[in-house]
Amino acid sequence: MDRFVWTSGLLEINETLVIQQRGVRIYDGEEKIKFDAGTLLLSTHRLIWRDQKNHECCMAIPLSQIVFIEEQSAGIGKSAKIVVHLHPAPPNKELGPFQSCKNSYIKLSFKEHGQIEFYRRLSEEMTQRRWENMPVSQSFQTNRGPQPGRIRAVGIVGIERKLEEKRKETDKNISEAFEDLSKLMVKAKEMVELSKSIANKIKDKQGDITEDETIRFKSYLLSMGIANPVTRETYGSGTQYHMQLAKQLAGILQAPLEERGGIMSLTEVYCLVNRARGMELLSPEDLVNACKMLEALKLPLRLRVFDSGVMVIELQSHKEEEMVASALETVSEKGSLTSEEFAKLVGMSVLLAKERLLLAEKMGHLCRDDSVEGLRFYPNLFMTQS
Amino acid sequence: MATSFEWPWQYRFPPFFTLQPNVDTRQKQLAAWCSLVLSFCRLHKQSSMTVMEAQESPLFNNVKLQRKLPVESIQIVLEELRKKGNLEWLDKNKSSFLIMWRRPEEWGKLIYQWVSRSGQNNSVFTLYELTNGEDTEDEEFHGLDEATLLRALQALQQEHKAEIITISDGRGVKFF
Repeated sequence: MDRFVWTSGLLEINETLVIQQRGVRIYDGEEKIKFDAGTLLLSTHRLIWRDQKNHECCMAIPLSQIVFIEEQSAGIGKSAKIVVHLHPAPPNKELGPFQSCKNSYIKLSFKEHGQIEFYRRLSEEMTQRRWENMPVSQSFQTNRGPQPGRIRAVGIVGIERKLEEKRKETDKNISEAFEDLSKLMVKAKEMVELSKSIANKIKDKQGDITEDETIRFKSYLLSMGIANPVTRETYGSGTQYHMQLAKQLAGILQAPLEERGGIMSLTEVYCLVNRARGMELLSPEDLVNACKMLEALKLPLRLRVFDSGVMVIELQSHKEEEMVASALETVSEKGSLTSEEFAKLVGMSVLLAKERLLLAEKMGHLCRDDSVEGLRFYPNLFMTQS
Repeated sequence: MATSFEWPWQYRFPPFFTLQPNVDTRQKQLAAWCSLVLSFCRLHKQSSMTVMEAQESPLFNNVKLQRKLPVESIQIVLEELRKKGNLEWLDKNKSSFLIMWRRPEEWGKLIYQWVSRSGQNNSVFTLYELTNGEDTEDEEFHGLDEATLLRALQALQQEHKAEIITISDGRGVKFF
C-alpha cells in the first residue's frame, strides 16, 4: 500500500483514460482497509482510485510499479477481485496514504462487478506499456525503463515473498482451526481415564454397588462409546439387557424368518432389526450377545455358526440337515451347480445357498469341482458309485 | 497303446481332479487315483517317471475334460503310493520315482514260486535269465524291469530265500 501516491486525479497530457469502474474496494494484502468504496480508473500510465464519498481522497499507482496481476473469481458472499503484485516503492516516492507496509500486493474487489473487463484492459495496458512511449511529468516516471536483470530478480523475489506469506497465512488459519480440536481431545482423554478408573473401582468393590446401578453406569459408558470388558467378565455371557433383547428379537424375527424359509444370515437380521427400531439402534456386539442367549432362554429361534464363520439365525423348527437332502436332489437333477446357480433356483441368498451346499459336502452328499471355471458341486459319486 | 487303455469312470468326473476336503470322500478319491496310476503304468510298461512328466501326461491331465490334477495333489497321490509300497523315490529331491504296479514282495513271491515249482532251488540265475530267458516266457515277471526285479530279489533276500551275487558279467541270484 505504500506504493500509492496522493493525486488530484486529473489526467496528464499524453495520459488517456482506458476504463473506469465504480464500487471498488482496496485490500492491503489480505486485509481490508478504510478505502472501501471508490471508483477505480485505469489510464495508460496509472491506476487511480478515488473515494466515492470524498472526492478529495484520491490516490494512484504508476502502472510501471506493477509486476503482474491475477484474477480471483467470485465466491459465495465474495466479489471477484484482481490481485496486483507490486515492485517495492522507490526511495524517492512522493507522499501517499501509507509510508510503509509489509505486503507487496494489493487486491481490488469489484463489489459492483466489472472485474472481467477491467482485468482485460489492465492486462492490455501492461502488455503495451504505453507509458514508456508517452512520457509525462516526472512525478510518476519512477520505474520507467528498469534494467532487465534487476527487475527480474526483484520480480521473482517479490512473487516468492508473496507465496511465502500466503503459505504462512494458510498454516496459521489451519493451526487456529485445530487448536479447539486438540483441546477437546485432551478433555476426552481425561474423561476416558476417569471412567476407566471408576469402572475398575466397581470391579474391585463388587458388593458395595447394586447390580442395577452398575448396569446403568455401564450403559452410560456405552452410550459414550466406551466399551467395558468388565461386563462380560462379571456377568458371564449375558446381562439382563441382553436377555431382554433376546426375547424382543424372538418376537420381531418370527414372521420374517418364516417368510425366508426359516433361516436368515445375522447381517440380514441386523439390518431388519435396526430398520424396525429406527432410533436407539443396536450395535453388532449387542445383537450377537443377545442371539447367543436365544437357545439358553428356550426361545423359538437359535444362533448357528457355520464352519466358515458365517452366523445365521434359524427357527428351532428349521432343520438345515433336512434341507440338505432336498439340495442334493436339486443338484442331482441339474448334474452340477454353483452356489449362485443353486441360490437362484431355490430363491435364497447366495451366502446361505453356499452354506447349505458346504454342509451337504460336509455330510458327504456332495463333492466339489474347483477349477478356473469356478466352484461347482456334484453329487458325491465317489461314495455312491463303485 | 493309449487307445486300448480303458479309463475308469472317475477320469471323466470333474471333481476327480479337485482334492476333496471331506475326509471320507478323499479316501475314496485317492484310492481311485492310486489304482489308475498303477494300471496306467502297467499298460504303458512304464516303470519310472519324473514328476514333470507326470504333470503333463494324460494320466493327470485330461485335456478333453479340461481338468488337470494340480501338482500338490499329484504329490499327495504319489505319497499314498509310496506308503502302500508301490512307489520309490529315485532322488532326494523327489523329482523322479520308480513305480511298481506290483509291490516288490509280491514279485518276489511269484518268482520264488516259479523257482520252487520248477525244482530249481539252489540254482543260480543271471538277472537277465530270469526276466528274459525262454523258461520264463509264460511267467508274469517275464519282461520285468531290472530296478523292480532287484527290489523283488532284495525282498526275498530279507526272507533268506535268495541271495544276490556278483558274477562274471553282472549280477545274479541264488535261490535257497
